[in-house]
Amino acid sequence: MRSKRAELLVGCFIVLGVAALVYLAVQVSGLAFSSKKDTYQVVARFDDIAGLTSRAKVSISGVTVGSVESITFDKDLYMALVTMNIHSDVNNIPTDSSIAVLTSGLLGEKYLGISIGADDEMLKNGSEIYDTQSALVLETLISQFLFKAGDSEK
Amino acid sequence: MVDAYIRVNDLSFFRGDRAIYENVSLTIPKGKITAVMGPSGTGKTTLLRLIAAQLVPNAGTIFVDGKNVHALSRSELYKVRKKMGMLFQSGALFTDMSVAENVAFPMEEHTKLSAKEIAAIVSDKLHSVGLRGAAKMMPAELSGGMARRVALARAIALDPELVMYDEPFTGQDPISKGVLVKLIRQLNDSANITSVLVSHDVKESLSIADHVCILAGGRVIAEGSAEEIRASADPQVRQFLNGEPDGPVPFHYPEDNDVDDIGDNDGPISVASKSNKDGAVQ
Amino acid sequence: MKAIISLGAWLFNWLEAVGRAGIFLVQSVCRLPVRFGESVNLLVKQLYSVGVLSLVIILVSGAFIGMVLSLQGYSILAKFGSEEAVGQLLALSLLRELSPVVTALLFAGRAGSSLTAEIGLMKATEQLSSYEMMGVDPLRRVIAPRFIAGVICLPLLSLIFSASGILGGQLVSVGWLGVYDGAFWSSMQQSVHFDTDIMNGVIKAVCFAVVVTWIAVYQGYECVPTSEGIGKATTRTVVLSSLAILALDFVLTAAMFGDF
Repeated sequence: MRSKRAELLVGCFIVLGVAALVYLAVQVSGLAFSSKKDTYQVVARFDDIAGLTSRAKVSISGVTVGSVESITFDKDLYMALVTMNIHSDVNNIPTDSSIAVLTSGLLGEKYLGISIGADDEMLKNGSEIYDTQSALVLETLISQFLFKAGDSEK
Repeated sequence: MVDAYIRVNDLSFFRGDRAIYENVSLTIPKGKITAVMGPSGTGKTTLLRLIAAQLVPNAGTIFVDGKNVHALSRSELYKVRKKMGMLFQSGALFTDMSVAENVAFPMEEHTKLSAKEIAAIVSDKLHSVGLRGAAKMMPAELSGGMARRVALARAIALDPELVMYDEPFTGQDPISKGVLVKLIRQLNDSANITSVLVSHDVKESLSIADHVCILAGGRVIAEGSAEEIRASADPQVRQFLNGEPDGPVPFHYPEDNDVDDIGDNDGPISVASKSNKDGAVQ
Repeated sequence: MKAIISLGAWLFNWLEAVGRAGIFLVQSVCRLPVRFGESVNLLVKQLYSVGVLSLVIILVSGAFIGMVLSLQGYSILAKFGSEEAVGQLLALSLLRELSPVVTALLFAGRAGSSLTAEIGLMKATEQLSSYEMMGVDPLRRVIAPRFIAGVICLPLLSLIFSASGILGGQLVSVGWLGVYDGAFWSSMQQSVHFDTDIMNGVIKAVCFAVVVTWIAVYQGYECVPTSEGIGKATTRTVVLSSLAILALDFVLTAAMFGDF
């Protein structure tokens, strides 16, 4: 009788532990166990990605439509090569759309934002977005500002 | 002498620099009760541990049933130990099991008997020590004497050929002592067990022993039947039997001993794991 | 000269002790209980006393640590106007550091000390000798199930600690301090990665579990079987485990998170 109760409680304990793991995975890390959405891959080359990481979100009008798969360095062009997965149901992004590295809030995470273009042709798997806008780097901004201020004084 | 079950040859055993035994030889006859007596601290319990090969001697050999126990491999040694039962000084019942489970444990480990057969043997063994009614109790609920009787039932559960009793009478009231004396005698006679009894209770030991060894100062000072021992004229034996404070056996612990040795954990209470350190064949 | 000799002797003894403990660990893990049903029974008993009985202390301390973290984090983050980041702060500090370390420390105090005392007492009452005399290996019968139970329990307890801490933190930051619920969770989900944060925390907990349980059972098995000796061994278990946990945590953190 005693041992039956112990077995029951040990069972509860293990279930609780596994439940905690699932809870952390789903609620805290946002890991989706539901079948992965179909995606297609698009690449873009940036001069400066300044702190963008893989798994960062890709959005259009602030709605997440995909995520960054990988970031590598393109040795030939000296640029950052970003590969991203876009959800298959968002299949009407014109090829001349532009993409920018943005920051959520003042100190928040970096993410990618796509601004829709006007072309009739749409992005497909393996397409590249040519119109890219690098991240704003504070140092560059300040030096530009100082430079321009100096110009206008002349 | 009748055929020996245990033969100890030229045994020497040291703890640090102190000799517990020096060139001790003795024989324990088969099917008899042998009492090993001696003052406290002469290493009587150590002798039992040496016989069970939980400790390894510095020199000499011990043959149990014709086998040199210290030259056996681990698995062979465990096989020999199945033929031995040992009643520890404290009883050493497993505190997380009930009385019945304690007695059943060696059978569950070493036999392929069904649960029903084991239950029958358990109840039989408990009956033989007069504690069948206590089967469901936990060791913590037992009195000292009852615990020792349960431990005895457990020690004989596998019908061993050799049962070793480590100080069975210490700390028992006269009635318990009487019960134990009767039980040991009965067991020995009914199952033809060889019994080794380590004790310093002279009266009880002499009353049941067929064969008596008295140890003192690392040597055997007397060996023979109970009558021969009682009639012995040896001053050391006389001092021990009569409990005289002054005599050849010194009251004082030798002073030239290494001081570090006293607090050492190799004391007389050391157990199994220590034998690992001493290089035992485990 | 004398100092060098005694240092050498100390080092030699220390190495010998580590070696003995290592052999002990290998022996007890290699000699797992043979019969399946029996070993499951023994393991369940130990899981109960090591895991289930530690549950309340883990749940309560997890919740309180989560609540305190939220309070402290909120008061600092509010200065930068990014109160939502309290979710991120809470989740990352719990998952990466606090839950494995604090759980292991509590485990050493709660379960480790009782393992040492229990095994030490079994030694003092000759139960271990008694197993040996019956031809049953005490390492297999007594030590192995306790060791395995410890290694299973600690990671589970650490996960429960995290979950409890995050819920406690949510209670304070969302329920009391008025952080927006959606922002709380989304800042958390954006920064917490399952494989780097949660799994690394679990790996840490497993490492701590091996070390703490190993120390506890070894101290019990090798203790001087007197009441004083058991007391000393229990203290040693807690002290050594705590030091080992903190030192090992530094090493593991450097290896896991050192490159960013």
